[in-house]
This record gives sequence, structure tokens and C-alpha cells, in this order.
Amino acid sequence: MVRRALISTLMYIFLTVLGLFFLVPLLWPVLASINPSATLAVKWPDHPSLANYTTILTNGVVIPPFTNSAIMAISTMLLVVILSGLAAYPLSRFQFRFKNALMLGVLFASALPILALVTPLYAMYVSLNLVDTLQGVILFFVASGLPFSIWLMKNFLDSVPYELEEAAWIDGASTFTALIRVVLPICAPGISVVAVWSFLGAWTNFFVPLILLQSQELEPASVNIYTFFGSYGQVNYGQLAAYAMLYALPAVALYTLVSRFFVKGISGGLKG
Amino acid sequence: MALTGVGADTPQFVGFDNFVHIFRDGEFLNSLRVSLTYLVFSALIGQAGLGLLLALLMRRRNIVFKSILGAIIVAAWVIPDVVAGFVWSAFLAGGPQSVLDPGLLNTIFSTFGLPRHAWLQEAPMTMVVIANIWRGTAFSMLLYASALESIPQELLEASSIDGANIWASLRYIILPLIRGAIGTDLLLITLATLSDFTLVYVLTAGSNVNTELMTIYQYRQAFQFYQIGYGSAIALLIIAAGAILSLIYTRILRVDL
Repeated sequence: MVRRALISTLMYIFLTVLGLFFLVPLLWPVLASINPSATLAVKWPDHPSLANYTTILTNGVVIPPFTNSAIMAISTMLLVVILSGLAAYPLSRFQFRFKNALMLGVLFASALPILALVTPLYAMYVSLNLVDTLQGVILFFVASGLPFSIWLMKNFLDSVPYELEEAAWIDGASTFTALIRVVLPICAPGISVVAVWSFLGAWTNFFVPLILLQSQELEPASVNIYTFFGSYGQVNYGQLAAYAMLYALPAVALYTLVSRFFVKGISGGLKG
Repeated sequence: MALTGVGADTPQFVGFDNFVHIFRDGEFLNSLRVSLTYLVFSALIGQAGLGLLLALLMRRRNIVFKSILGAIIVAAWVIPDVVAGFVWSAFLAGGPQSVLDPGLLNTIFSTFGLPRHAWLQEAPMTMVVIANIWRGTAFSMLLYASALESIPQELLEASSIDGANIWASLRYIILPLIRGAIGTDLLLITLATLSDFTLVYVLTAGSNVNTELMTIYQYRQAFQFYQIGYGSAIALLIIAAGAILSLIYTRILRVDL
């Protein structure tokens, strides 16, 4: 009994130490963002205030990049959800020639580090006049997110029994009504996982807009916060931290919203 | 596009020259070595190992403790890449010669009377590996925790009645049962780590040859030296590396995807 309690205590101590490893680096942005005279040092501010937040929100620095990020992330999310839904429904419900080959192709594409493709695509974008446009970036995000999303979506749809739809048809529902009234509500958790996954992919990505966008007014928050950091001789760390906090907020909030389904969705999605 | 020479607007066909050139290019071979080191230590050993350890240890702990610890670890994972880069720059800031204020790590070192270090200059690879472990462990932990939940408690009880110690039940019961989750996890974190760019780029400002990942090298070739064709060829090799590794995992762990 004593031995068991000892082991249990040791485990709590060990886990607490690990927790501190994860917690301690996060202290700086939190404390610096409420400290108007912040430096890189971590300390409790002498006069804690929200001045950093109000400054960057009112001086017009962060609103345009946030708008760009939101445009890209929301468009990517909508397109990915609609397209992957449209692709996944027949893949889940119908038998047709080359279906297996198609599924394997989708699976193979989702097992590639597609983000690395942005360099080869750049040359193509130059000839298509898509460089330095938000549409171009959105197209890339949609294309790179689709394989995995189709795969996820198909597995979520597979879990909805076909009989439910058939029952709805017998009760007089059209194919479309059955989709909206029966399949969609059951799939809502799955769809929300795909939506959040694609939104976050576009919201947090730095590499793709860095390469495809040149105009400063098109910069999303990810690139803008990086140039914000470098563009002043004297970095205002408090404002940088506040900017980082604001930029991280939607990611944290959205993840929290779907966290219950998230891991099951992702792992179940791949096991298929 | 990987088969063309200089200039994206007026491609010329150069055959396999770029690929021939790549394998004689010392800088590329260096970046390949860096990428693989980064992959093995930060993802396969660090994230997957620590994630599994955390998932195992956090079973049957106090629920409040578990939720708080989980939330902290997950927070490190959901924040955007650039923010994670800033967080670690600030944490490691301020070497002995630096004009900047010391970051938290150096402050802690000074408090204990130890010398300060310019961490990112003295041990860049170790630091980016630790930063990436910090960043990515949550994903593996969540995957393993969800897989462990599906193991029936009776199996473990039965084995302990049969005299199995912790290691034996781990080796013969738990690990075989979560094989699928291990395969999925290794695959996904490999892909994420191979295409990683931002964290290392922000931390080292992209200029340190010791931490120049393949993605950073292709970026510099394509957009700083304007060798788009050459950069594209490197990008295709990154994709190929991902494909080969995915195949290896699925073969070794015999998981059907």
C-alpha cells in the first residue's frame, strides 16, 4: 500500500514537471501582452492593462491582415466542406468502376507532404496570373486540404446507415431532402471536424502566403505578424505579444469547440 | 515544372539536369540530413514517445489534474506556427553578449548562478528539436489516449492476475492493441514534420546552415536565388520522401489505412 502511494505520488510529480515544460514557454505572451512596457523577460507587469490590445486594434495595423486571414480561412473552409461532401457522398453510397483506384488515389494524395508543392505550383501560378491574389492562395489551400477531407468525410458518411435514407425516401422525401434532414444532422460532428481542420489549416499557414503573396495589403496575419516583428528598429514586445494572442485566439476557440469529436474523427478517418 | 531551368515565366526543358545536380549538391545533402535528424528526434522519438508516455501515465489520474495538464499541452499545439516560433524565441532569448533582455530560460539559469547561453546560436538543432517536441506532442498524446480508452480493462486485470508486470502488459497487450494508432500517428506526424517550415524559419530566421531543413533550402533556392526549377525538383524529392516513409510504416506495422 505504501509502495503504491509512493509510485502514485512520484507519477504526479513527474507529470507536473512535464506540465511545467509545456506551460512555462507560454507565460511570456500572456504576461507581456498585458504589460505596456514589456521586454523579453517574463515578469508580472507593474501596471497591468489592456493598452497593447487597444493600441493595435485602433491604429489600423492588425485589422487588414485579420480580414485577409478570415477571408482565406472562411472561403477555404466553405469550399472544402462543400467539395469534399460532394465527392464523399457518391464514394460512400454508390458502386462504380474505378472506385477503388479512386479511393487509393485520394488516400495516397493525403499521405504526401503536399504543402511542399507550393514551389512547383508557383511557376504554374505565374502563367495563370494567380500569383499575388487571395484566390490563388485559397485554391492552393483547398487543393491541399481536399484529399484528407474527402477521406474523413467518406468515413463519417459510411457511419450513417443507408437504411435511414431509404426509410426517408419511402416516407416521401426526395434525395435532397433526405440528405439535408437525415444525413446532415447525423454527420454534423464529422462535418464540423472537417470544417475546423480546413479553417485552421488556412488560418495558421505561413509558408503558402509567404510565397504566393507579395503585396503588403494582401498579407494575412501569419505573414504580417512576422514582418511586424522585424519591421521596426525597436520591437514593441508588448504589442507583438498582444497581436500573437489575438491571432491565436480563433484557433484555440475553434479547437475547443470541436475537441470532443476531433481526435476520434482524425484517427477513425484514417483507419477507415 | 521540376524539369525546367531558370525563370518561371519562360520555362526551358532541361531534362533531368536538376535531379542529377541535386545529388552532387552538398548543401542539399546537408538539408536532407538535417530534415531526417529533425524528423527522427523531434517527431518519431520526441512527439510519439513523449505522447505515448503521457497518454499512459495520465490514465487513472485525478480528473481535474488530467484536464488542466491536457489543456496546457494542447494549447501548445493549437496556437499558430508563427506564434509558437515567437514564444520560443522569447523563451530562449538573450545570450551572454546579447543586447536583449534575457528570456525566461536564461533568467532561470542566472538565478541558480549558472552562466547564460545564446541557445539558438550554440545548439540550434537541439533547440528546434525541443521546440518541435513541445509543439507537437499533444497530437500524439490525444491519438494514443483515445486508442488506450478502447482497451478493455478486463484484459489488463486478467494479465496482472496471471502475474504480468507493467512491462509485460505493455509489451504484450497494450502495444499490439494500439498498433493501428501508432501507425496512423507516425504517418501523420512524419508528413507534418517533413513539410514543416515555419517554426524553424521563425526561430533561426532561416539563416542557420545547421538547421536548414529541405523545405527551407528549397525556399531559398527558389525565391532567394530564383532557381524555381531547382527548388521544384527539391520539393518533389520531399514529396517522394513522404511517400516512401508512408509505405514503410504501413508495411512494418501492417496497418490498412
